[in-house]
Amino acid sequence: MDPLIAPEDIPYLPRGVRLEDDRVRGIRVLQAPERAMQLDAIGDAILSELDGERSMAAIASDLATRYQAPEDQITGDIRDFLTGLIERRMVFVKSPPKET
Amino acid sequence: MKDLPAQPRDLDGNPVAPGLPMAMLAEITHRCPLSCPYCSNPVELTRAQAELPAEDWARVFREAADLGVLQVHISGGEPGARRDLAQIAESARAAGLYVNLITSGIGITRQRLEELDSKGVDHVQLSLQGIRPDMADRISGHPGSWDKKMGFAGWVTEIGFPLTINAVVHRQNMERLPDMIELAETLGARRIEVATVQFHGWADLNRKALMPTREQAAFARQVVNDARIRLRGRMVIDYVPADHHAVYPKACMGGWGSTGLNVAPDGSVLPCHAAGSIGWMRFENVRDRSLSDIWHLSEAFNAFRGTGWMTEPCRSCERKNMDFGGCRCQAMAIAGDARATDPVCSKSPLHAQVVARAEEDAGADTAELIYRRMKKGG
Ligand code: SF4
Ligand code: SF4
Repeated sequence: MDPLIAPEDIPYLPRGVRLEDDRVRGIRVLQAPERAMQLDAIGDAILSELDGERSMAAIASDLATRYQAPEDQITGDIRDFLTGLIERRMVFVKSPPKET
Repeated sequence: MKDLPAQPRDLDGNPVAPGLPMAMLAEITHRCPLSCPYCSNPVELTRAQAELPAEDWARVFREAADLGVLQVHISGGEPGARRDLAQIAESARAAGLYVNLITSGIGITRQRLEELDSKGVDHVQLSLQGIRPDMADRISGHPGSWDKKMGFAGWVTEIGFPLTINAVVHRQNMERLPDMIELAETLGARRIEVATVQFHGWADLNRKALMPTREQAAFARQVVNDARIRLRGRMVIDYVPADHHAVYPKACMGGWGSTGLNVAPDGSVLPCHAAGSIGWMRFENVRDRSLSDIWHLSEAFNAFRGTGWMTEPCRSCERKNMDFGGCRCQAMAIAGDARATDPVCSKSPLHAQVVARAEEDAGADTAELIYRRMKKGG
């Protein structure tokens, strides 16, 4: 799968995509146009980090510290997971602000 | 009013285990300024006086959310034909649902669209009947529809809603599919749904004018495949092919009574929008009962749950938990028996006949359309 996001890119949830509790089933879901996706704990952890400010690399490094996992592996997992969602237009990406 | 059965059982009395619904189609009105000849509304349309009031919709949305529904698709007819659309949408969002608005774009002004934005509509789906004024206006039976739709699409993206384009394809517009995809891209759509006309209800009256040819279906498949590669990460393309060109039927509604429900303008609750075509089936109404009771215990929802009700060849087929025997309404329409194997399945004894009829209709030399309309008087 060709990645659709580079480490310095900033991933975010666009308007119309919401991370929510499914109170009836007791799970976390990502709600998007015509689609409600059930999330596992890892997916939820990744998506909860998307603040529209930090790059994928920064998020990976934070999660690697928190879960005491190798950063390379975490980066790969996040990149693949987000690429799948970018393909479905459930996650958008913006380029880092230019240095002045 | 008859009591509901105490236990969920299918139409043969086998016990069944209802799951939880994910999505609800709320057809808040059958009124529509357009008159598409393939409209999915029933041929007998509900009149304005019989429509469920907004307060009832608010209660239905709360009951739906309690039942496990996550998304509501507010549709019609044209939902904008209801003056209280914004109030209805607001109550759906307040109930905690994800709110999709499915519209023709006709009859919703920019001001109303801004109001819908402030009330929490999450996503807008706009139907297009063609890619140029001539085709769009001819198919929708509404002169000027094209210009209005293009104006509407502009407001949708200016306000910032995610936009999906719904494009229904048939023999008269299949060749223009590449242009339709390009148009959706130009309009800034996140998704396009390309759906081949489903030949129920109104569309069935227009089979000879709309049935695509086999070559057209193959062409559409190729166009979709190419566009998916080209537009990866930019626009999602969902494609619903004509089912008689397939070997096996689609899993209609993901299985009867398993993931979705449909509330009609008068408040009756159907397992799918075409279920009214099954003449003997009785539908409960949200004016009389809770959505939860209707979902779990009504005869209509339980009739075809599970696999116990199936006949051969489905009964002994290894795919019965994958496609659930296909579409019940199609079985009713073609086999005259709602529990029969979907006649589009290659294992159905009626399959050859279905394909032959489709081929014959596809070759028919007519473009004349019967437009959807409300009966006069009555
Ligand atoms: S299919 Fe056409 S006529 Fe039917 S509700 Fe939609 S826009 Fe109106
Ligand atoms: S026989 Fe029935 S279960 Fe088997 S593929 Fe055909 S429709 Fe599906």
